[in-house]
Formats: sequence, structure tokens, C-alpha cells
Amino acid sequence: MVEFFDIFIGSTDVFIEGLWLTLRLSVVSLLIAIVIGLFIAMLKISNIKILEWIADGYIWIVRGTPLIVQIFILYYGLAEVWLIPSFWAAGIGLAFHSGAYIAEIIRGSIQSIAKGQREAARSLGMNRSLTMRRIILPQAFRRAVPALGNQFIIGIKDSSLASFIGLQELFGVSNTMGSNSFNYLPYFFTVAVYYLVIVLILTIGVNMLEKKLAVSD
Amino acid sequence: MTESKEMVRVEKLNKSFGDLHVLYDIDLEVKESDVVVLIGASGSGKSTLLRCLNFLEIKDDGKIIIEGEQVEADTHDLNKVRQNVGMVFQHFNLFPHKTVLGNVIEAPMQVKGISKKEAVKEGKRLLDKVGLGDKYNVYPSRLSGGQKQRVAIARALAMQPDIMLFDEPTSALDPELVGEVLETMKELGNEGMTMVVVTHEMGFAREVGDWVIYMDEGKIIEVGPPDQIFDHPKEERTKAFLDSVF
Repeated sequence: MVEFFDIFIGSTDVFIEGLWLTLRLSVVSLLIAIVIGLFIAMLKISNIKILEWIADGYIWIVRGTPLIVQIFILYYGLAEVWLIPSFWAAGIGLAFHSGAYIAEIIRGSIQSIAKGQREAARSLGMNRSLTMRRIILPQAFRRAVPALGNQFIIGIKDSSLASFIGLQELFGVSNTMGSNSFNYLPYFFTVAVYYLVIVLILTIGVNMLEKKLAVSD
Repeated sequence: MTESKEMVRVEKLNKSFGDLHVLYDIDLEVKESDVVVLIGASGSGKSTLLRCLNFLEIKDDGKIIIEGEQVEADTHDLNKVRQNVGMVFQHFNLFPHKTVLGNVIEAPMQVKGISKKEAVKEGKRLLDKVGLGDKYNVYPSRLSGGQKQRVAIARALAMQPDIMLFDEPTSALDPELVGEVLETMKELGNEGMTMVVVTHEMGFAREVGDWVIYMDEGKIIEVGPPDQIFDHPKEERTKAFLDSVF
């Protein structure tokens, strides 16, 4: 136990660097994932068969293959034609992955908004895009917040897979430190604490956002 | 007296949902400042007819002429047409994420591009008019059904429509809240608004309606001024319907 605390405190500077990389990777990938998710959700509700198929195909491929395989294909596969930095291979891999799940969350919450909302907006002369942006999406977003928060947590933890293509993010740091010292366990406990704290902060943030959005209830 | 302007004209309108033929050869004429009330049993097609008038339902065939222009869903910008045809729904359909005032100023600002200052001024005037001057910043969830429906009326009026459609505006209300909504509609009718109203409120139809239309099984059975329809109906089916409601 004493050893764990010594290692926890003694390794703060390297872990903070790993933390910074984890956060950058997570934020970048989740921001791209939201854009992908919104886009794919729009394809799915477009009522245009070919666009729905594209969206379905994308979701099928992403959900049907392990994330680590996707990251390896991006990193090693694309390296044949175009050398992609490992940060972006991991970031894009994570974004494509979360994007598929976010798309389903957004689609579900859009479709849960009562038909009358769309009709009311259209009856006021609002076109499709205004109706979507001003009336449907804000309400859908509110409903999606808990599920999105969940998906963000998964995304942050999944970013640990980036260590397999050499990124020294949190998990990569713990792995390296462990192997250098031939003493893995305290470093894995240490990294677990870092993840727990990130997830705790995010959870509190999501809860606060939910409360704030609930003012109109 | 000069002939008043024709606001809505419907000729030989037909509409089916799949195999279900809900409107047969409907002819309808609404003049400026007319209050036309559609009555009939549930499923008689009156709501569908109303929804065809602002193209929430698209007719199969026939003509719909709005303010002199024949409107076709595939060639006309329906958003433009709808700006002049306000609609009030049975279930209010207020935007729950916007305040009462936010509901009212949304379309004028976003669709017509009116400045916020002006939209707020006009929105407040309309909310005062429907008796909700103290509720600007409240969210719809805090309102009673009657208040919600009055906000919905103000929201539709904010687009300064030439025609207002009401689709069973009091059917979802507790009985004690019906009066305040009907009162608001009556005032609107008295101010000369052209209105088409689907309702089960026979008292309103008689008092406010200029014309009453009785529909059954997708057809218009009888059209006439309220005293004719309610006191001397010509058609057997109209009589039978009125006997069943009174």
C-alpha cells in the first residue's frame, strides 16, 4: 500500500503528460464523432433509400469489427499509401467508432420527438432544415444527453487502445512504467485512479448539464 | 355591398390513406372574414380536410386555391403558403424547450427575418391579447391546457396569417378550460379573421360560425348558416347527427 502511494505520487509528472494526451485524443475524437454521428443520423432519417443503406453499411462495419482492428487498419494499412501520424490514426479510429454509436443515439432521440412538433413548425412556414435545427434537434439533444454521456465515457476509456500503436497516453504510460520497473501492478492501480477521476468529473458534468436542461420541464 | 374576397376554394378534393378513402369530391369556399365550422362524427374526414388546406396532408386530386392561387405541393413553395395559413392543433404542440414568448417569436424571427426587438414587441402584444401577459418567460410545461392553447393561437397569429385553421382546439382540454379558448377564438372571429374550425362545440358553431358544414364518411352532407343547420337541417343524416349530440 505504501509502495502504491509512493509510486502514485512519484509518477505524477509522467502521468500528467499521459493524461494530457488522453484528454486531447478523447476530445478530438469525440468532437469528430459528434459530427459523424449527426451526419449518419441525418442519412438514416432522410427517407432516401440509398442514403439509408450507406448509413446502415457504415454502422454495420464499425459495430461489427473490434476497435483495435480498426485502429490497426488505419495505422498500418494506411501507412502503405500515406503515413498517418499515430495520434490521428487513433483519433480518427476512435471517432469513426464512437460516431456509429452516437448516430444511433441521435437517430433514436430524434425519432422520439412527437410528430406534432414537426407539424407545428412546418405550419408556421419553417422549412425542413429550420425545423430540424431549431425545433427537433434541441429537444432530441436533451433526451440524448444521458446516453451521449455514457458514450463519451466509453470513448475516453477506449482511447487506451491508442497505446498499441505507440501513443504514450495514460495507459501507455502505465504500461511503460510497469515494464521499466518490472513492477506492473502499482502502475495499473495508478492509471485506474486517473480514469476513475476523469469519469467522475465527466459524470458530474453530465448530471449538471441534465439539470440545467431540465429548466423547461 | 361588394363581393368579399375569396380566401380558400376547394374543388373536387379527394384523399385516401392507402385503401381508406377519407375525402370524396370535397367542394368548399371560404370568403374573407368568414368563420366556417366543420362538424361531424370522428372519422368523418373533417380534420383531414383541414390538414389538406395547409398541406400537412397532400391531396390525391382536386384543386386547392388559396387566396386566388391554385397550390400544388410539388410545384409550390409550401413554406410560403403556410406563412399565410396559421394552424392551431388539438394537442397544442407548443415547443417545450422554448418559453411562451420564445414560442411566439420563433417563426417571425427565423422565417420572416424580423428583428428580435420587433418580434418581442409584437409577441408581447399578442400574448396580452390572449390574456397571458404575465406568462412571457414561463415554459409551456407550467401552463394549463387552456393557457397552452391560447399561446398556440398567439404563436400562429404572430406570423400575421390571412387564414386561421383550428383542428379541434378544445378537444384535449378539461371542460372548465374550454370557455377561455373559445372566447379567444370568438374575439378573433369578431375582428374579421378568416377561420376554418373543426370542433365538437356546437354552441360555438352556432354563435360564431357564419357557415356550418356537416361532414359524414368523407363527404360534405350539408352546408348552411348555423340557424339552418341547427334548427332546420334539410338532410336526414344531419338531423340524426344533431340528435345524437344534443
